[in-house]
Amino acid sequence: MDLGPYLFLASLEGAVTAAVLALTAVGLSLVFGVMRVVNVAHGEFFMLGAVLAWWVASLAGGHPAIGFALAVLVAPVIAGAIAAAADFIVLKRLDYDPENTIVATIGILYIIQQTVLMTYGPDARPVEAPFSYRIYFPWFGYSAYKLFVIAAAVAILLGVWAIMARTRIGLVLRATQLDRETAQAFGIPVERVYALVFGLGAGLAALAAVLIVPIQQAHYLMGGDPLLLSFIVVIIGGLGSLSGTVVAAIIIGMSDGIISVFFTPTLAKIIATLLVAFILVFRPTGLFGTRSA
Amino acid sequence: MLDVSNILVAYGEAPVLHGISLAVNAGEILCLMGRNGAGKTTTMKAIMGLLPLSAGSVHLDGEDISALPPHEVPKRGIGYIPQGRRLFSELTVAENLEIGLMVRGGGKKVRDRVLDIFPRLRERLGQRAETLSGGEQQMLATARALCIEPKLLLLDEPTEGLQPSMIDQIRQVIVEMKMQGVAILLVEQRVDAVLSIADRVAFIENGRNRDIVDAATLRKNHALLTRYVGV
Repeated sequence: MDLGPYLFLASLEGAVTAAVLALTAVGLSLVFGVMRVVNVAHGEFFMLGAVLAWWVASLAGGHPAIGFALAVLVAPVIAGAIAAAADFIVLKRLDYDPENTIVATIGILYIIQQTVLMTYGPDARPVEAPFSYRIYFPWFGYSAYKLFVIAAAVAILLGVWAIMARTRIGLVLRATQLDRETAQAFGIPVERVYALVFGLGAGLAALAAVLIVPIQQAHYLMGGDPLLLSFIVVIIGGLGSLSGTVVAAIIIGMSDGIISVFFTPTLAKIIATLLVAFILVFRPTGLFGTRSA
Repeated sequence: MLDVSNILVAYGEAPVLHGISLAVNAGEILCLMGRNGAGKTTTMKAIMGLLPLSAGSVHLDGEDISALPPHEVPKRGIGYIPQGRRLFSELTVAENLEIGLMVRGGGKKVRDRVLDIFPRLRERLGQRAETLSGGEQQMLATARALCIEPKLLLLDEPTEGLQPSMIDQIRQVIVEMKMQGVAILLVEQRVDAVLSIADRVAFIENGRNRDIVDAATLRKNHALLTRYVGV
């Protein structure tokens, strides 16, 4: 294969990585932006999404599309509900103290991970893709499902943007992010907003995992990489900036895909981590961040 | 209307208010005076429920609002204009007003009435709050509170850092609200401003109540002003 088509294939792989990463990282960014909580358990909500997707799909039976559609609806809601409960039971009681919540979310990470290990077990299990067409380009065939993942991620991100920019609930979230105390003085129930945001952030990670699980397989340790990459993306994009997060996810996802195809995945991670180091040295607020955290 | 009785507030271990009591009636302007750090802003925040009370209570029209969760307090009809304005800086003028309107479900009518008071804001509806001039920001902070259709207004140094024409405009709005029967609790440093609009003045010192006197008495006798605020 010539360099051109090869680069095209690598870009497609990068776009899939970028799409899933953008969804996951936007969830992390939303939680940090509004609540100022660094959610170390974010990757576990991603993993929960994948495991729940397998569970729902295996219960549903029938055509794989039925199980997948159910998983898209059910898995993010359950993961979000668990997150909202964790917020209510743990984070609220710590008064959202920045340092204490880091330690607490590390605890939540292990609770979720070990609970999944004890119930779901140590195996990696596949979820069948809802459809298995291949699209034939002149040089190679490519899974239509992967293209669907890209399109779905774009649609979901547009939906998140519309909610934040155009709805009353988005207005309430942005006001809470800008000034928690004044928001409260204007009747905004900050505690409920926080539970909602924590649930929404986890739900986005779970949704990303449902999309990727037909390509990757569900496993109880799969939350590590998305967590690391999400942190990289959120730092590069600027803490709390959703648009910055999306741009950074595209940069990191695409370069990860392309470098992985041409060289090795390890080199891709090295370069991404190096990029974070440079950003932290030369532009600590990130590409789109305006204020320091 | 507002009845603050013997409230104690502490930041962590350090007590800031040692038992403040005051009452504001409908159609009355009570001014809170005292040196920096005397506890004026803390008193305001405590009334809004933003700080937990160690003791004492705050009643509004007989209802114990200090027992409510903080976000329920403004819904009883309290408009708060915090020190330093505390606008939602990245939101537009229209969005800041919308936050105020949402508190008590105020509709277009309320919004129009508020914008009639501050016509300058109508020209700037789509602009981000942080891009407004200082005077316009104070107008917006005031307008946001008026969107609640308050029966009690808390104003914390509303004229701080403003030019005279703007101070005059803000003062007119305060007097207008008083005429409409709104109870007003005002924190203000400028003695001339206080003496011209306040009905009564409550002095506080080191988190404790001192004298509460009629403004008319103060106009004749400056001794208390010298004693509590040093002017």
